Amino acid sequence: MSDLDELYQQVILDHNRSPRNYRALEGANRTAKGYNPLCGDEVQIYVQVEDGRIRDIGFQGSGCAISKASASLMTGELKGKTEPEARALFEQVHRMLTGEANGAEHEKLGKLAILSGVCKFPARVKCASLAWHTLKAALEGSGEVASTE
Amino acid sequence: MSTILTKAAREQSPACAPAGFDVHSVRRDFPLLHVKVRGKPLVYLDNGATSQKPRIVIDALARYYAEENSNIHRGVHFLSERATEAYESARDKVRRFINAPSTREIVFVRGTTEAINLVSQSYGRAFLQAGDEIVVSAMEHHSNIVPWQLLCDQIGAKLRVVPINHDGEIVLDEYRRLLNAKTKLVSIVHVSNALGTVVPVKEVVRLAHEAGARVLLDGAQAVPHLRVDVQDLGCDFYAFSGHKLFGPTGIGVLYGRAELLESMPPYQGGGDMISVVTFEKTHYNVLPYKFEAGTPHIAGGIGLGAALDYLERLDWREVERHERDLLAYATATLREIPGLRIIGTAREKAGVISFAFDHVHAHDVGTILDQEGIAIRTGHHCAMPVMQRFGVPATARASFAFYNTREEVDALARALHRVLKVFG
Repeated sequence: MSDLDELYQQVILDHNRSPRNYRALEGANRTAKGYNPLCGDEVQIYVQVEDGRIRDIGFQGSGCAISKASASLMTGELKGKTEPEARALFEQVHRMLTGEANGAEHEKLGKLAILSGVCKFPARVKCASLAWHTLKAALEGSGEVASTE
Repeated sequence: MSTILTKAAREQSPACAPAGFDVHSVRRDFPLLHVKVRGKPLVYLDNGATSQKPRIVIDALARYYAEENSNIHRGVHFLSERATEAYESARDKVRRFINAPSTREIVFVRGTTEAINLVSQSYGRAFLQAGDEIVVSAMEHHSNIVPWQLLCDQIGAKLRVVPINHDGEIVLDEYRRLLNAKTKLVSIVHVSNALGTVVPVKEVVRLAHEAGARVLLDGAQAVPHLRVDVQDLGCDFYAFSGHKLFGPTGIGVLYGRAELLESMPPYQGGGDMISVVTFEKTHYNVLPYKFEAGTPHIAGGIGLGAALDYLERLDWREVERHERDLLAYATATLREIPGLRIIGTAREKAGVISFAFDHVHAHDVGTILDQEGIAIRTGHHCAMPVMQRFGVPATARASFAFYNTREEVDALARALHRVLKVFG
């Protein structure tokens, strides 16, 4: 598989076309806005946390296929996770996107491993990590706009 | 080096190519155009961001550092004299290039951005006051918006914006309506970096002067494509960058009419911009040195001079004809791509085609094109208000120089079909 085919796998294109959990959550008690000043990509993450666990999560925004698919995959993986688990996942995904993780670590990430092709495109790492940075900001409740810069 | 074809060569050139300009011969002068990117020949269509450099510019930089390096305007020694002469002769080349009356009116700066900031902070703070109005257009680069916002915050002036129509042209009637007795300065782009629109700047200048306002023209994207004559345009200030004009980065030009520059306070203080310094009072140097504090980018100035030498040898009527042909060919070719929308359809355009797909984001387009060795720019092009005006988060932009070819446009079209294949 070429680097390009690895980046734009069917799963990613499918999440881009029909993103999951693409909605504003009415019951959200944690939200944050993310912004990539280099390209203008925007994402808003809505999280409903109950007893330290993510009950529901949604997102909205505009961006490229990679940023949209990453946000969509993220919301799918996070439902039901505790806050520490979500933060740990953020660290693992970040390692994968920046090319620091090995094959075994990729496997542990399950469905999210589909994003591992991004590390071969340094200019696109921020596209894939935007939603995750925004999630972190939402959980920390900083209220500031998360930025990839 | 000459690009003028002999009669025989002209007769042999393909019918579709304009006569009198041999693009393939010109390309040989630019080393970087012959590299391979990801195993494919580079197709460089990001000239709006920066242009490639001819060998003569690269050599001039190396020769300066190898044979002439010295500080200017101060040494009595041989090298300093040579460096000073080379730097000042570059200033005269710039003067001739834009047909300015005097080298006193040619201020070397880092680039267009610094030139605009200089006018904003020196002219603006000295001659504008609370309630005055500054007019820009809706298709300015951030560098022709933010310096004026800073000034407005400092002195309480107001920024007014001339709207553009759906083709990306300035609405002249609205411009006329905006001008009034409070308008002190009009700062307008000559050629839009995001849309390629050529603004009828002569008319813009005439109307501003009728209203008693001064005019700065941002010529960063104009000078690589059009012959500019500041006296004919009648503008008060004209700004451009060396690196978009086949010269080095870090050097640019502010042209200002001498009487205005004389009346303006210095922009920065330091060495070279003074004549006498005591702790009681400092006397400033004459033009243009009053605005050139500190050791300048000597190599950059000399490199820009070399770029102008190169351009001087081209037949500009033929260059402009080649570029027009290329733009028309590229526009027609891209229009054939399903789902592609060209953003910026002004009647007068130069060098730029911005486009967007309904269902594919510009970044994804850029990444796929890059795999084919094609360099374009994607994003908001430092013109976020333009993106808002056209309701797109970003565009892909192919920007041309005279060394680009129809074959490269064909390669772009093939790669865009690949984009469509990936995204179904």
